[in-house]
Amino acid sequence: MALPKLEELSKSVAKGPSLMTGGIPKHDWLETTPVFKPENFPYPTKQEKLEYLKFPNPREWSPEDEDWKLPSNWKDIILQGFKERIDKFRSFRIFMDCCVRCGACADKCHFFLGTGDPQNMPVLRAELIRSVYRNDFTTAGKLFGKMAGARDLTIDVLKEWAQYAYQCTECRRCSVFCPYGIDTCEITMMMRELLHLVGISINWCMEPVANSNRTGNHMGLQPHTYYENVQYLADDIEEITGVKVDVPFNKKGADILFITPSADVFAEPGIYTCMGYLILFHYLGLNYTWSTYSSEGGNFGLFTSNEMMKKLNAKMYAEAERLGVKWILGGECGHMWRVVHQYMDTMNGPADFLEEPVSPITGTKFENAASTKMVHISEFTADLIKHGKLKLDPSRNAHRIPTFHDSCNPARAMGLLDEPRYILDHVVPKWHEMPENTIREKTFCCGSGTALNTDEIMDLRMRSGLPRANAVKFVQDKFNVNMLSCVCAIDRATLLSLVNYWTPGVDVCGISELVGNALVLDGEIKRETGLRFEPLAGMEG
Amino acid sequence: MKVLYPFIAVLALVAVALVGSQISGLQYLLGIALPYLAFAIFLGGFVYRVLQWAKTPVPFRIPTTCGQGKSLSWIKRDPLDCPNNKLEVAGRMFLEIFLFRSLFRNTKAEIGEGPQLSYGSSKYLWLFGILFHYSFLVIILRHLRLFTEPIPLFVKVIEFGDGILQLGAPTIYQTDLVLLGAVAFLLGRRLIMPQLRYISLPADYFPLLLIFAIAVSGILMRWVFRVDIIAVKQLTDGIASFSPVLPDGIGAMFFVHVVLVCTLLIYFPFSKLMHMGGVFLSPTRNMSNNSRAVRHINPWNDPNIKPHSYADYEDEFREFMVEAGLPVDKELPPAEKKEE
Repeated sequence: MALPKLEELSKSVAKGPSLMTGGIPKHDWLETTPVFKPENFPYPTKQEKLEYLKFPNPREWSPEDEDWKLPSNWKDIILQGFKERIDKFRSFRIFMDCCVRCGACADKCHFFLGTGDPQNMPVLRAELIRSVYRNDFTTAGKLFGKMAGARDLTIDVLKEWAQYAYQCTECRRCSVFCPYGIDTCEITMMMRELLHLVGISINWCMEPVANSNRTGNHMGLQPHTYYENVQYLADDIEEITGVKVDVPFNKKGADILFITPSADVFAEPGIYTCMGYLILFHYLGLNYTWSTYSSEGGNFGLFTSNEMMKKLNAKMYAEAERLGVKWILGGECGHMWRVVHQYMDTMNGPADFLEEPVSPITGTKFENAASTKMVHISEFTADLIKHGKLKLDPSRNAHRIPTFHDSCNPARAMGLLDEPRYILDHVVPKWHEMPENTIREKTFCCGSGTALNTDEIMDLRMRSGLPRANAVKFVQDKFNVNMLSCVCAIDRATLLSLVNYWTPGVDVCGISELVGNALVLDGEIKRETGLRFEPLAGMEG
Repeated sequence: MKVLYPFIAVLALVAVALVGSQISGLQYLLGIALPYLAFAIFLGGFVYRVLQWAKTPVPFRIPTTCGQGKSLSWIKRDPLDCPNNKLEVAGRMFLEIFLFRSLFRNTKAEIGEGPQLSYGSSKYLWLFGILFHYSFLVIILRHLRLFTEPIPLFVKVIEFGDGILQLGAPTIYQTDLVLLGAVAFLLGRRLIMPQLRYISLPADYFPLLLIFAIAVSGILMRWVFRVDIIAVKQLTDGIASFSPVLPDGIGAMFFVHVVLVCTLLIYFPFSKLMHMGGVFLSPTRNMSNNSRAVRHINPWNDPNIKPHSYADYEDEFREFMVEAGLPVDKELPPAEKKEE
């Protein structure tokens, strides 16, 4: 789809009538009808994908049609599913009950900041479903109806859920500011689960889910293709550094299983991050292995349902057990790390066939991963640098003036903030932080997480990514920043479109790319280019 | 409209109380039966709701981390915004419950030409929220003098502190004024700020108006339409000792106050006011961020959910894998091998 014209979108965001610019909608939110037009809702899931996954009510339908071809008992299905979920998730029940609508969350959401759409205030996004909760599951709602903010579940309400459950990237920024810690992510997750019950979902989520299940990765790369892609990257490394690096795959008896998002293997600029991993592991002489079966760190099940998340995630431990490794090392990825950190052990543990992770190079015990037995590459690398185990030449990254983007999940669901910063300190001559309200736990989402990085909703994505892009613009203007570094594969894909649109001249990279570029290898040739074959500083001629 | 109905409702309650205060049978009902009923509903409802939350499982460990987590030993971590154990969680909860930590982070975003977003500090909601809740708490504690004999020392100390400015006679309590001011602020922002006005429901205006009316009736009863305080104390002591008596000559304003307070008590467990209990149980705040170090158990975890197995995967792709030189668990059948 075409990108919205920059000038028009800039004007519309800052001046157009919206709740962000002071315009008050005419209709009460309890009585709005959702409008679907091209570019405001991702394509629905192809019937065959849902059939393959055995999800209920697969069909061909279009959000723009009046008739969504819902099963005749759709309302019963949803209300039944609702009841089950308020009984299974304390978070869901409490977050339905105790919001006071203080509005502190309203202007914390990147979707609201970029669209000014009232339903994109986290409080109102939640009220879309809370209003039905009150109607069907609370005494006050049953007694006082609309006075208590209750409303009946109609097809329009359901459509509105679909619209706004897919205008939330589950980034948890609102939950940082909420006085009760209400996490819209928990609510959106439930909305999406409920919508799945009646066959409403988006293809950009479910096709990767189906692919991951079958081939092990989002793009559906078959084992030989995946393997060959990594080999190509190794060839490039040899060309750039003169050093041949090993690419061990499906190797039984390796010490460490390495899993990263598949985007690192086939898509720019992730592939350069991947080259960084390969160089690092070669440098260390690590006895590790890649896997083609568990070839996806990312887990779009997280954006689907807790059951799907568990099923996809289960491959990690299954493969670690099959290969007989000691522990697992995970690449740079945001939502992958939410799953690994907060869900994996609970869902698919205990991993008693693995050992408590110990760095074979420094002997450091990763106590924070003692049970799950999976370590983040930034933890691993930071520890190596701290122990002086890496020979680094930061001047090789002198042509880069990076800033660092905290990805939502490492920041707000792990507390992984300073490890990548410590690495940055050692691999580049200088880098600059973005403004305080846009980093660390207050970081802004790339705007396209949770499977929204699809091209048919570009207008929406450029709007929701605006708060992040705006902060990048600030450091671009002030410090000539030309590189947006991050530890997330979705970021690497989505931030690239975002900065190309809002802040041309800034590029995107993973931290490991900068590590790989700075690492001085034994027997290397004089480095004239970086991992992208771009000339190094002083080598431009 | 959304503010009108709650306003009418509060006025109606006042009217009912004024009428009731003039009819002796209703006096008994409003002054004695209603408080017992209201308190029972409040207590029962509150406990029921909290138990309902408590018995709902917490399948996953999902704290919102708002600072550096526990990682390598030399990385400085933030125990209060990213707690790693129960003690640190207690610290985080203390800050949250008593100092409104999260609300303290509040900012206000604005968009201007460019487009350019800017974020300014915005602590008004935090400030007035704190003022509101603490003055309310002090006022409730002061009221304990009505239900205790002898009156505990801490109640006397609070009364003394609250009236320390020694303004007027009888002494004006600062908290009365602060409460009124804070409620007026909280109401005002809902009415004036477009975003707030749009999201506010009758259920948001009603408790604010009700509390405002409670405070006003309380103040009126002390300074304007004076009630017989001895008689009130007789009544409240009677209620507290479960041997209620209804003395003659309590002023009408007292009944207004009692009816409004009882309405608040009855309304409480059915409403958003339950955030008072909910904040203690919020899983994003009251859990340690140690899920990789200590396994969290999900009571309904389904052991039957299995991954697409490696064996099935290899069966589908074995040929390609062998051809690419990838190790496999089962070799290709001999016939196919010959063909190569």
